[in-house]
Amino acid sequence: MSLSNLLLVIPLLPLLSAIILLFCNLSRLWISVLAVGSISSVSLISLFLNFHFWQQTDFVLTASLGNWINIAQLNIGFGLYLDSLSLVMITIISGVGALIHLYSTGFMFEDKSFKRYFTYLNLFVSAMLFLVLADNLLLLYLGWEGVGLCSYLLIGFWYQDKNNNLAANKAFLMTRIGDTAMAIGLFLLFIQLGTLDIQAIQIKAHIVWSLSDNTIASICCLLLLGGAVGKSAQFPLQNWLPDAMAGPTPVSALIHAATMVTAGIYLIARNSQLFQLAPDVLYIVALIGTLTLLLGASAAMVQSDLKRILAYSTISQLGYMFLALGVGAGASAVFHLMTHAFFKALLFLSAGALIYSLHHEHNIFKMGGLFKKLPVVAVSFAIGCSALASLPFTSGFFSKELILEQVIASNSIGLWWAAVLGAFITAFYSARLFFVVFLGQAQLSPNKTPTKAMSIALIILCLFSLLGGIQPSGLTALMPPLNADNLTVLQHWLPIILPFIAISVAWWMFKTERFGKTQYSALKGIHQLLKSGWAFDQMYYIIFIQPFKFICQLNKHDVIDLFYRLIEKTSCVFHKLFSKFQNGHLRSYNASLVIFCILAFAWFLSGELIK
Amino acid sequence: MLDTIFIITAAVILISALLTITAHNVVHALLYLVITMLGVSLVFFLLGSSFAAALQIIVYAGAIMVLFIFVTMMLHQGEKSLAQERHLFHFSTSITAFILCSILFCELAYLILLTPVETLSSLSQAQYSPAITVKQIGIQLYGPYSLLVVISALMLLSALITAIHISKSAASIKIKPEDNNL
Amino acid sequence: MIPINWILFLSLSLFSIGIFGVLARRNLLFVLISLELMLNAVVILFVAASRYHEASVANSDGQIMYLLVLTLAASEIAVGLSLVIHMYRQHHHLDIDKLNKLRD
Repeated sequence: MSLSNLLLVIPLLPLLSAIILLFCNLSRLWISVLAVGSISSVSLISLFLNFHFWQQTDFVLTASLGNWINIAQLNIGFGLYLDSLSLVMITIISGVGALIHLYSTGFMFEDKSFKRYFTYLNLFVSAMLFLVLADNLLLLYLGWEGVGLCSYLLIGFWYQDKNNNLAANKAFLMTRIGDTAMAIGLFLLFIQLGTLDIQAIQIKAHIVWSLSDNTIASICCLLLLGGAVGKSAQFPLQNWLPDAMAGPTPVSALIHAATMVTAGIYLIARNSQLFQLAPDVLYIVALIGTLTLLLGASAAMVQSDLKRILAYSTISQLGYMFLALGVGAGASAVFHLMTHAFFKALLFLSAGALIYSLHHEHNIFKMGGLFKKLPVVAVSFAIGCSALASLPFTSGFFSKELILEQVIASNSIGLWWAAVLGAFITAFYSARLFFVVFLGQAQLSPNKTPTKAMSIALIILCLFSLLGGIQPSGLTALMPPLNADNLTVLQHWLPIILPFIAISVAWWMFKTERFGKTQYSALKGIHQLLKSGWAFDQMYYIIFIQPFKFICQLNKHDVIDLFYRLIEKTSCVFHKLFSKFQNGHLRSYNASLVIFCILAFAWFLSGELIK
Repeated sequence: MLDTIFIITAAVILISALLTITAHNVVHALLYLVITMLGVSLVFFLLGSSFAAALQIIVYAGAIMVLFIFVTMMLHQGEKSLAQERHLFHFSTSITAFILCSILFCELAYLILLTPVETLSSLSQAQYSPAITVKQIGIQLYGPYSLLVVISALMLLSALITAIHISKSAASIKIKPEDNNL
Repeated sequence: MIPINWILFLSLSLFSIGIFGVLARRNLLFVLISLELMLNAVVILFVAASRYHEASVANSDGQIMYLLVLTLAASEIAVGLSLVIHMYRQHHHLDIDKLNKLRD
């Protein structure tokens, strides 16, 4: 079993199990074994590959599943490419994926569409693996579309409720906008460079374009960025993610926290050498990241739905990763991606356990004082929140500090202050979440405890969130970090003590019971604005949907149809006219004969006259 | 002298034709039609076609018009028919027809007037040809035109059958139901 | 001899009188009568045409044509009158304006 064959197995195994689950009717036990087993096997393979390539930073492993398109210059195959970046990604995907599958066997046990759930989930993992292992942009796009499809299927999993369908449509359509931009970028890249192979593009781009002649390179990068923005829920395409929480909680954990939304970051990191040719676009990436960071964090401060807080928090953390990519620190972006996957999945799964125990209650202000009743959930939540707030020596701490250092090293002080403010708000709302749900007066009491499968998954993720703060060495080799040696004392220590300040502010507000109530009417407007996610939904409604509906209303009687109806009316008119000739009157028929004779003679005579 | 006879005959034909179509009484119209046909026969005589003239009187005026009169006698109902007919035909309702016919007449008259004078004089040379005898017509009929004779015989046969069939009254055509069990 | 123009005019006038009769009268019998007038007009033309033909030998084609037209007129009248009888039996009137069912 050579390593290339092992590489081939990785994306194919979940695909195979998805197909088996689709066509065979198995019992719950066998479905769980098959689904969890396939992802766990992939996880074991990726761990083996990690050991094999331990301490090697410059390895490349390729494999190929065959030819796909072979027309003139367009040569695309199902090729797989493994280097340290892909290795990190598949480890995260398979590891977190396996834990979430295990968790789902407990969470979705009473659901009657158990089989459909795991089919979709396995299909998703397979598509995501294709995405990160692809060696050409078209196969990446295939995986991209695949994860988009599975996201749609899983958000609208409980399709009997119309709101879920609407949320799934919204997610699909908004990411579609990004996907279209990405497709156009792909076409442009192919026309300009003649190939879609990723490594070939990186090299050829430097030959064909240079820093002084980089208009087309900037356009290509901008279009690829469009795709990333859509998939990773950045400004301006970010408002589908909070509504995507309509799906089951493990789905939110896997897709909308750990894997699918990180596809955009992977895309930019993978094409980092191409992006280096367009520094303007990188600056735009950083700006988008900062904007999204603040947007998400401020919106998360005032939400009352448990999953929406976590959704906005995801948007905000993805902003951090984009910021890191924009300043040129791809390695720290992917490192933060890794730690974020751990603690966000942990948070989502604990939230799921909470929702499961409290009989599908989502409002945090109806919960309280659950610390003693659900200890495992409480501890997981505590660890997750502290990692999110980047308290020292959690995994989140290491990755976020690294990003902040890199931002300073790139001399973007304004962006650094914005990121620090974002960190403050992040710590604030994580503390708020923990305090409101677990401390204080008990309102609802749980009627179920989380099952064993769920608890095991939670515990393993706790360990990772605490201990997983080690940056993989291969990343720094692929995307060299900036020199961050000269930091002032303020710049070094502020981010470390900031979470504690935020937690104490939140503790004070909790104790004085300021959460959940707005006293000042002036603040109420701001509260509303933040709660609706900066009113993006309403804004898009006014900008896009209303004019479209207006134009459709104008065209209610279908302008183009008018032409065909005109033809129809004309023929009807002529029909009525001509049918008058057939009136059954013998004398009118005779008269028509005579008239014809008159006309014929007149024509003949005119000919005679002309002569 | 032939010219004057011709002009008088033509006048008689036209006047009786006019009277035919404007009569209210069908019988009067038929009688005027007979006069027209006699006038036409005289024109044939003046043109030297004695056979045609004789046939005109014997067949046309003698048989066909008599047939007309028979049918009219069958259907004519005296004063009621006259009143009906007055109702049906009125000059004011026939203005359109009059206009159309006059236009047609004018066009064709103009066409006739267009013929140059030379053809007229050359055509008048034919006056000195001898009259045509019945014998000559017989030879033609049994010779070159024999097919036409056969076809016209067929036509008469079909007309005969048609006339018998159509004018049977409905009652006499019914099939009795018992005849089907033969 | 009679100028051919005069015969042409006679034929033409009789023909147009016949057409006027066909168009203007509503009684079926009168239509058939007018039809006879038209046939007579045409027949005058035929006979005159054979008489005024340029052949040195006299031409009897016009009279033979007359024979055929006569046959035609006879058959037509036979069928036409039987239709008249049929119509009278069915509708008890002879107004052709009332026969207009053969349409939309």
